Amino acid sequence: MKLKKVLAIVLIIAVLAVAAISLVACVDDENKKGENPAYPDIFKDSSDEVVNTPVAMSDIKVGFIFLHDENSTYDKNFIDAANAATAALGLTQDQVLFRTNIPESEACYNAAAELAEAGCDVIFADSFGHETFLLQAAKEYPDVQFCHATGTHAYDENVANFHNAFASIYEGRYLAGIAAGMKLKEMYGDANGAVSAANAKIGYVGAFPYAEVISGYTSFYLGVKSIVSNVTMEVIYTNSWYDETAEREGANKLIANGAKLISQHADSMGAPSACEQAGIPNVSYNGSTQASCPTTYIISSKINWEPYFEYMIRRVSEGKAIRVDWCGTIETNSVQLTEIGAAAAEGTAEAINTAKAELLNGTRKVFDITKFTCNGAQITEETMADVHGSDFKPDSYPVSDGEYKESFYRSAPYFDLIIDGITVIGNVGGQA
Amino acid sequence: MVAEKKKEKERLFHLVKRNDIEPWKKWIIRIASVIIAALLAGGIFAVVAKDSAAFGGFFKEMWKGSFGTQRLAYVFTSDWAILMCISLAVTPAFKMRFWNIGAEGQTLAGALGAAIILYYLGGKIVEPVVILFMFAAALFMGMLWAVIPAIFKAIWGTNETLFTLMMNYVAIQLTNFFVNLWTRGTQTTMGNLGNGTIHGILGIPYIQNAVIVAIVTIIIFIYLRYFKHGYELEVVGESQNTAKYIGINVKKVIIRTMLLSGVICGLAGFLLVGGSPTPTINAELVAGRGFTAILVSWLSKFGPLAMIFVTAFVVFLQTGAKQGSNTYHIGASSAYSDIIVGLFFLIIIASEFFLNYRIKFRKKEGK
Repeated sequence: MKLKKVLAIVLIIAVLAVAAISLVACVDDENKKGENPAYPDIFKDSSDEVVNTPVAMSDIKVGFIFLHDENSTYDKNFIDAANAATAALGLTQDQVLFRTNIPESEACYNAAAELAEAGCDVIFADSFGHETFLLQAAKEYPDVQFCHATGTHAYDENVANFHNAFASIYEGRYLAGIAAGMKLKEMYGDANGAVSAANAKIGYVGAFPYAEVISGYTSFYLGVKSIVSNVTMEVIYTNSWYDETAEREGANKLIANGAKLISQHADSMGAPSACEQAGIPNVSYNGSTQASCPTTYIISSKINWEPYFEYMIRRVSEGKAIRVDWCGTIETNSVQLTEIGAAAAEGTAEAINTAKAELLNGTRKVFDITKFTCNGAQITEETMADVHGSDFKPDSYPVSDGEYKESFYRSAPYFDLIIDGITVIGNVGGQA
Repeated sequence: MVAEKKKEKERLFHLVKRNDIEPWKKWIIRIASVIIAALLAGGIFAVVAKDSAAFGGFFKEMWKGSFGTQRLAYVFTSDWAILMCISLAVTPAFKMRFWNIGAEGQTLAGALGAAIILYYLGGKIVEPVVILFMFAAALFMGMLWAVIPAIFKAIWGTNETLFTLMMNYVAIQLTNFFVNLWTRGTQTTMGNLGNGTIHGILGIPYIQNAVIVAIVTIIIFIYLRYFKHGYELEVVGESQNTAKYIGINVKKVIIRTMLLSGVICGLAGFLLVGGSPTPTINAELVAGRGFTAILVSWLSKFGPLAMIFVTAFVVFLQTGAKQGSNTYHIGASSAYSDIIVGLFFLIIIASEFFLNYRIKFRKKEGK
């Protein structure tokens, strides 16, 4: 039968292809021990010289590429900041071009190229997966500036008009953790302020086991630990940035396991609303949930992108170079805490202010290596992190001066250690 | 009796089935429905944009979104080609009344096949060979995803709707598995995989997909209309017993037709990766086009030539509505463009009612 012959040929091709793949796939694994590669100071501009043609603020055109639209809290945070920043600089609506619902594929490249052709002087994209597509457009339009949030390639690629940006959100999470610690202490602390092991247990709903999420929950945990020293935390992943059911389910599972307080890093109201129902205090992310969770909302931390947008547009207008990598901080008002909730413990504001002042003057470090251990031991300067390249291998030494320097060698987080006291208990949901 | 009295009373209007509608009347009804939908869409747009001038702006934006610049027009042909290719793929199966709702997964499987080859061989051997392997792998994967449910249907009579739907999820998870493997568990999407693609023909960018799909359109048109295969699958669709009676091997026809369906989906998958200036793979690459294609195929009454225009119209609506909501800074832009596309289809499908039925009003003097 003809059909059989065709099938046989196709199968032979498939087998050959698999054989070829397995031959090529053996890549050598080697990690060289040495110094951290040079990296631009992501907290300072390298030069204030005019290198490009300045553009009058009334003529400038700014393009924004968003992964979703305002229905996603992640993108809404960027959209609101874009509106605020362009309004503050006096730009009119036809100077600001939005491209919403741009997936992480050819569509991003097409949108970026199209915006460049439409006369944009600077183009911004908000999602991690947009990066390589935006980079492709940056190479084709060298006179247009391209800025990308959360990305990691700007320094390695060395394309003059391509830039990364993020913020030291771990500091915000740490401060939110202090508010959580104060609440635990108020609810369960004895006369000396000590909390029993059973009550010093909290939970965290994370999206993916990525450095961004791990860095976030570790800093939150360390914030709690600075108030309640014997605290332990369970983490559950939803494997999605937005999955309301899985986030609710995850929070409920953590509560059933005995968590006395929950925080999360995912974009829906799943975890906060589960907490409100169960009467468990919640530390939110990316905005206050006071209105919908009046009895359980404690505080929330978020990245405010407005300062970066203003910086980026100003530099283009002045014809000055944009930093290769830009890291917003508490000082630049990029890392913010929202209002303290009605359910928060007394003295929360004071405790946060003290810690904040110490973070700002350098006497307190979030990832102080004397404050945590990994597998029972303090981490050393031999500890490695994946900061560079796209090979997903550790290549840098982030520990020095007694701290793990997060968002120091690049703005995007790279802390990916699971420290003692934190247990990952698994996944809920899947992607369907 | 009361009930009888009610029955006697003539209704305000009643419906009469009509079989004799003239073609020009048909087209007037269809064009009228599109105009009504467009007016409604423009009205909704003005309300959502909170700007009465947006009513006129809507039509301008619709045009600008698809043909405003040369690049947008090129991207339009490329988007048209992908949707057209998948619509062509589901057509033979639907004509056979094999409810293949797995085009999404078959296309994704094809794309994954191409991406696997590109990931491991790209840049290591000469480009034409990479592309050839990508092409073969994509067609094979697409075919595999279609033939498995077809074999189960032909031999054991399993429900193909559920089976093909479930195969979509298998393809999605398999794609996630590979992306997870390649990024060492740090990402859900791959970045730009670099070279290894056909991009542009004779210096015209983006056009390769449209050219390839145009050829496939002609082939499918001839296959369905002039080949014995095309006739056989239609008979199997009408009645399996008739098909058996006149000596058609029903099992063979089912498997053969799905094989074709899968191969064309695989081709669409290949074009998504190998026909892109920035090839990549992720679970959302097909972006629902496998389902939209079913609608397109149905609206075209399974005719490949009508499908050319229906596909262009759908892509035009989608990109236009997106452009409009972007220009007027409408917050929930995806929801808005879904509403517009949905509105058009609802009204067009509703207009079919008037093609099949005549409304007869009660005569006044009969009172």
